[in-house]
Amino acid sequence: MLEIRNLHARIAEDGTEIIRGLNLTVKAGEVAAIMGPNGSGKSTLSYILSGRSDYEVTEGDILYNGESILELDPSERAAKGIFLAFQYPVEIPGVATMQFLKVALNEQRKFRGEAELSTPDFIRRVKEAAAKLQINPEMLKRPLNVGFSGGEKKRAEILQMALLEPKLCILDETDSGLDIDALKIVSDGVNALRSPDRAVIVITHYQRLLEYIVPDSVHVLYKGQVIKSGDKSLALDLEANGYADIIDAAAA
Amino acid sequence: MAAVQETIDQVALIDVDQYKYGFETTIEMDKAPKGLSEDIIRFISAKKQEPEWMLEWRLDAYERWLTMQEPDWARVDYPKIDFNDIYFYAAPKSTPGPTSIDDVDPELLKVYEKLGIPLREQEILAGVKTSKIAVDAVFDSVSVVTTFKEELKKAGVIFMSISEAVREHPDLVRKYLGSVVPPTDNYYATLNCAVFTDGSFVYIPKGVRCPMELSTYFRINEKGTGQFERTLIIAEEGAYVSYLEGCTAPQRDENQLHAAVVELVALDDAEIKYSTVQNWYPGDKNGKGGIYNFVTKRGDCRGNRSKISWTQVETGSAITWKYPSCILRGDDSRGEFYSIAVSNGYQQIDSGTKMIHLGKNTSSRIVSKGIAAGFSQNTYRGQVSTHRKASNARNFTQCDSLLIGDKCGAHTVPYIEAKNSTAQFEHEATTSKISEDQLFYCLQRGIPTEAAIALIVNGFVKEVIQELPMEFAVEAQKLIGISLEGSVG
Repeated sequence: MLEIRNLHARIAEDGTEIIRGLNLTVKAGEVAAIMGPNGSGKSTLSYILSGRSDYEVTEGDILYNGESILELDPSERAAKGIFLAFQYPVEIPGVATMQFLKVALNEQRKFRGEAELSTPDFIRRVKEAAAKLQINPEMLKRPLNVGFSGGEKKRAEILQMALLEPKLCILDETDSGLDIDALKIVSDGVNALRSPDRAVIVITHYQRLLEYIVPDSVHVLYKGQVIKSGDKSLALDLEANGYADIIDAAAA
Repeated sequence: MAAVQETIDQVALIDVDQYKYGFETTIEMDKAPKGLSEDIIRFISAKKQEPEWMLEWRLDAYERWLTMQEPDWARVDYPKIDFNDIYFYAAPKSTPGPTSIDDVDPELLKVYEKLGIPLREQEILAGVKTSKIAVDAVFDSVSVVTTFKEELKKAGVIFMSISEAVREHPDLVRKYLGSVVPPTDNYYATLNCAVFTDGSFVYIPKGVRCPMELSTYFRINEKGTGQFERTLIIAEEGAYVSYLEGCTAPQRDENQLHAAVVELVALDDAEIKYSTVQNWYPGDKNGKGGIYNFVTKRGDCRGNRSKISWTQVETGSAITWKYPSCILRGDDSRGEFYSIAVSNGYQQIDSGTKMIHLGKNTSSRIVSKGIAAGFSQNTYRGQVSTHRKASNARNFTQCDSLLIGDKCGAHTVPYIEAKNSTAQFEHEATTSKISEDQLFYCLQRGIPTEAAIALIVNGFVKEVIQELPMEFAVEAQKLIGISLEGSVG
């Protein structure tokens, strides 16, 4: 589903290179975890995959379902099924969560040549998805993310993911700022979306999240490269021993 | 929700720099010669079959106007207006005055149909629209038709063109005309007194709640014509009325002048709600053409416990100079001003309000949302003052500006004057830009840039949109979306 080939990318404004020859393949149905110390380029990778213009790809390619997506703008990528659950979801004052969801859903449908959802149909879908994530319907009337607690913001992200039914889900430190109950609700939400035709990339610092969302593969990112890949035991190993050994081994 | 969707669709449909209402209609016109003189004023007065006192009033104002200077304190810049190059009177030939809808030139009806104005009562009654709105349509200098007259009459409400009112209800007009905005008020208001051509007159008798929304649509069609409408609304004790005003004009290279005066009078316990969606032609993307909109609007809360509320959505005009104000004369009276001012291209807006607290325990509320894009300049100018004897006056002002791009400007100029120590005035102001983070977030959810901006901006102005009557709220949201097209490169 996703193939990143020898990717090099830098910050557009000052030319700082963040991603330096990154290779990664994620298959349909796979849950891939990306771990790594602070500043290794994890969040940057999520932005580059979703097309944020603050970053420039200088070399390499990103293939999504066999096609390069480098020329697509972020909304086109989204409509083709790439979803990013933000680490820090932004507030949009005055725009009710429900309204935002409807606009997003219908814009994506329009892009794909599908008919708009009828309002009753839309409301039914939202209510079902919200109930699964234990989201109070009252919250959906509030402006998006304005005054939401950390947990509410993350649940709202997963709610959007459930409604938009993307093919490639990227979760950027979705566990940050969550207590254990909220972590479980969010993880259940993500697990419910696992399917043979959908891939999930989980970016995290901690093994804890991976106890709930069990990955098929784990990749260690360091200085803009994947320096080690393995199965879920790699995450446990990192939790116990830290990154130092792997970094040293890669440098050797 | 639906409204936002429509906004987005609308944005998608129309090319950048295309003013939707920019069509011109070819209708045979009856015009006065260009320029301004006593003779022209006599001509206008005669055309309108006005009584002698009305002509005298006009001539007095004209004499006064000749001695006045054009004000230059607003933050707007435009070449000097040549008042001798303007037609002060233009009327569709086939329309001697307001008539029943069957007598109106079908060409005219087509114009209003294009503008989406429900002139045809039959359609409304047939249930095409669920709510009823009575409409007075003003085409260049004259009112062409007023709908629902009979039904309003039953309720005792008078809704007609001001020209008709001068003839049919001279006592009411004489009593109130110029009592809120005196003929000496300011340069443009005085000019209006001399040459006003048409506009609406509304009278709501004691204790009557007007059974429907009243609405006037103004259209400048004829080339080189100024529009000087005059509106007078009187709500007697305990009366209530909600009044809507909409404006459009064809696309033209030259600038056209619009100098209106609106006067509102609310007696004891009366309430007037006045809403405007102003969409005069703003000029092209290089700043050529567009309407000069110099308007004096003022409401007088003359009675105790009276209330006047202004809501405006300003998206059009090359230059806007407009300060709908409230004089809070009655004790416990209340004034409100809700405004959305959108400027794009080379538009210049200098707009705001005045809240003059004279009575005891008066309160006022100002919510102004300015959105500047392109190369435009957007100024909020507002005054809040209390008289020495106006104890316990309260005001809350909130002024928010949103900038789109880095070539535009937003300015806030509040004047606050409290002469009574019991006054409580609050002023909050913010200026922000649509952040890259917000935009990227929307894009990431599959919402394209222009739709994302429309969504974020509509969120920004929501507080004011909520104050508009339903029919106008949808229109306003669409307009805001369209006005900001092409604002992001």
